[in-house]
Amino acid sequence: MIVHFEPASEEGIATVVRAMAADRASLAVIGGNTRAGLGNPVRADRVLSTRRLSGIVSYNPAEMTMTALSGTPMREIDEALAENRQMLAFEPMDHRPIFASSGEPTIGGVFAGNISGPRRYVAGAARDSLLGVRFVNGRGEAIKAGGRVMKNVTGLDLVKLIAGSHGTLGILTEVTFRVLPVPPTALTVVVSGLNDAEAAAVMAEAMAQTTEVSGAAHLPESVRGQFIDRQLPDGAATVLRLEGLEASVALRADKLEKALARFGAVARLDATRSSRLWAEIRDVKPYADGTKRPLWRVSVAPSLGHQLVAALRLQTGVDAFYDWQGGLVWLRMEADPEVELVRRYIKVLGGGHATLVRADDSYRTAIPAFEPQPLAVAQLSERVRAMFDPHRIFNPGRMAAIS
Amino acid sequence: MAETIGFLQPKQSVIARRREIVADLADLLPEACLISDERGLKPFETDAFIAYRRMPLAVALPETTEQVAAVLKYCSRYGVPVVPRGAGTSLSGGAIPQEDAVVIGLSKMSRILDIDLFNRTATVQAGVTNLNISEAVSPDGFFYAPDPSSQLACTIGGNIGMNSGGAHCLKYGVTTNNLLGVKMVLHDGTVVELGGKALDAAGYDLLGLVCGSEGQLGIVTEATVRLIAKPEGARPVLFGFASSEAAGACVADVIGSGIIPVAMEFMDKPAIEICEAFAHAGYPLDVEALLIVEVEGSEQEMDAMLASIVAVARRHGVATIKECQSAMEAAAIWKGRKSAFGATGRIADYICMDGTVPLGQLSHVLRRTGEIVASYGLRVANVFHAGDGNMHPLILYNINDPEDAARAEAAGNDILKLCVDAGGCLTGEHGVGIEKRDLMLHQYTQADLDQQMAARAAFDPQWILNPSKVFPLEGRPAA
Repeated sequence: MIVHFEPASEEGIATVVRAMAADRASLAVIGGNTRAGLGNPVRADRVLSTRRLSGIVSYNPAEMTMTALSGTPMREIDEALAENRQMLAFEPMDHRPIFASSGEPTIGGVFAGNISGPRRYVAGAARDSLLGVRFVNGRGEAIKAGGRVMKNVTGLDLVKLIAGSHGTLGILTEVTFRVLPVPPTALTVVVSGLNDAEAAAVMAEAMAQTTEVSGAAHLPESVRGQFIDRQLPDGAATVLRLEGLEASVALRADKLEKALARFGAVARLDATRSSRLWAEIRDVKPYADGTKRPLWRVSVAPSLGHQLVAALRLQTGVDAFYDWQGGLVWLRMEADPEVELVRRYIKVLGGGHATLVRADDSYRTAIPAFEPQPLAVAQLSERVRAMFDPHRIFNPGRMAAIS
Repeated sequence: MAETIGFLQPKQSVIARRREIVADLADLLPEACLISDERGLKPFETDAFIAYRRMPLAVALPETTEQVAAVLKYCSRYGVPVVPRGAGTSLSGGAIPQEDAVVIGLSKMSRILDIDLFNRTATVQAGVTNLNISEAVSPDGFFYAPDPSSQLACTIGGNIGMNSGGAHCLKYGVTTNNLLGVKMVLHDGTVVELGGKALDAAGYDLLGLVCGSEGQLGIVTEATVRLIAKPEGARPVLFGFASSEAAGACVADVIGSGIIPVAMEFMDKPAIEICEAFAHAGYPLDVEALLIVEVEGSEQEMDAMLASIVAVARRHGVATIKECQSAMEAAAIWKGRKSAFGATGRIADYICMDGTVPLGQLSHVLRRTGEIVASYGLRVANVFHAGDGNMHPLILYNINDPEDAARAEAAGNDILKLCVDAGGCLTGEHGVGIEKRDLMLHQYTQADLDQQMAARAAFDPQWILNPSKVFPLEGRPAA
């Protein structure tokens, strides 16, 4: 990709944006460009990268907050946190394996996409850890929102709005976020041999216990062998993660196993294997196969995930696995066209949304990557967008098709 | 008292049409759902920010989303300002009306619509109280986590309006972290649903924007919130210190050492005395500062966590450690803390500040707060959520003495500026309302506020929703 602008300062970005506004030109905004496949394809006149806007501005481990420029590589953030045994609680996925992309993901990209992994159920999404931002809006003005403290209700929460807006409301220049201590240890309880419906019930049961399960996923037999070098026990694997102090984790594991033994064979993974397993679940390893076969990410109420898959199976071939207690479904189908089927069934079942995460270019051009919204919400969203980027400079078309 | 906080000029054109507007509203609502006589309106003239009061034009108490929509559509059409109201417990004046405004109170919409234990969600009407939700799911072993001190009275609609917190949000987060979806009426009567039972929604995070918007983006009529499994046990422990600085430093060190208790509450000597006299919670009276630290989990887990916390506290010269021996004692400890504002109200009038500061600044800000208040010849009691740096200095004064009141307000403003200058913010959980509105430019630039107001205008182009709140009256976009 040809990058036209790589400003090294917020003011540099604002200058570019003002020039684009004057020329009525549009900008594709990228960080490391490792997630370019997310959302609809962008057609823009120029490309701006935040790559040179890089570096940790401040990090105070005792206050559990970090401020970094938006183009800071995730590797740099993760290393600084690891030195202090801290982490991003929301476990952002690395999209490089499924997109077969290269380069360095940036912290700005993580928040722009609200990228959140398995711990999302108990620790919140990326947006929940984001305390403050600086961004350049479509008028080329530098705007601050939020701050660097945990509790802050001063004015409208533009921080939440910017998180997950995929660079369509402004260009993030700086982010301040909450970090958490790395749990001293972790283990994963595996219940084997459950079908999808049974697994949903077991995950719900586990999450309702006082054992503080921090990850609940179901890996059907079709994908089980793709994880941790086939070290998961035979049969579909329903996996439940426990984290915390050594003694506490052991106690909770006993309790959880006792509660779940009646459902199937129970085993444990130690901290090392557990850590690897959840990283692979986070990064959707079974479908990181170097292809561009359509890959869907469905988000529904946890009780509906397996129902959706069962309904789709009556129509077509489906391969799927589940995170977030069954509410996050990673899905591959053999239908044609897939989009109509998956989105119709989600509506019928009671709501949620399906995102086309990966597909070849012709499919991506034809299908809205994000679930189309009810008219009133879509109109409201468009009014909001226009209030940040009146000249339609940023990532045109990324989130919704231009009408 | 002399008022220093201004309101928008009431629209005389609206006031002149009062009789007509009331008659029109009567067509839209059942008889028992409209109040227009002076005696009936009186209870709605203020909220918990009692220093300011204004009589509303009328009060609508709709029973359905459709009625809310009908009233909003009408008000929008005729440019009548609307002030949403839950239980009226706002500490920042968020629910104070004006002479030209129709209050839409959600108190009659108090039904729990759906409890879904499989997905651990509750869907409730906006007028359901915070505590009602937890009580409804308690027999099944669940609770709703945000717990503002007013939880007995305050409504979930009001909690969403202010993005309310509480003592236990150190571990579980505030309202926005526990809210999955809303049904909401826009300014023109359009009903939209944002979010749902899924953990995330498609498109922009409008739900995140609505939460904490102080009734300026629409009126929430239903909410879906997350339920959490009740911990096996919970144990509050009292730590007494010889100085506020030592207590503040201890808080920062506990958090810094990687321990996150479920709550860490701070009280200084005046607050301890006030709360103890009211609740008889067994607080030590011979210390300068008290921390209530709560841990939860199984007995072994609580023991392990407390041992680590005690070790940190000893490094900071803790004078007294008191573990409660029974559930009753635990309840008394929390009763004392949660009634702090009410108990203070028995001995003096007070205004309650709500700034948040980075943990490393706690000791400094506490000391400066004391100096500031003393310089105005007033007294202060500090009782607040220390674990997340959310401070609540209560400035004691006499509401019937105009000079005293003016001094209290001035001291409060100085304290909030201090919080911002220390890297914090004006309000951690009570909201801006009218109270901190005129200080917004201390925290934000005009360009920052312009962007917020632009987002607001996307929802309410006429500025009819709670218009005197949040944004300074100067510098607003031309209507």
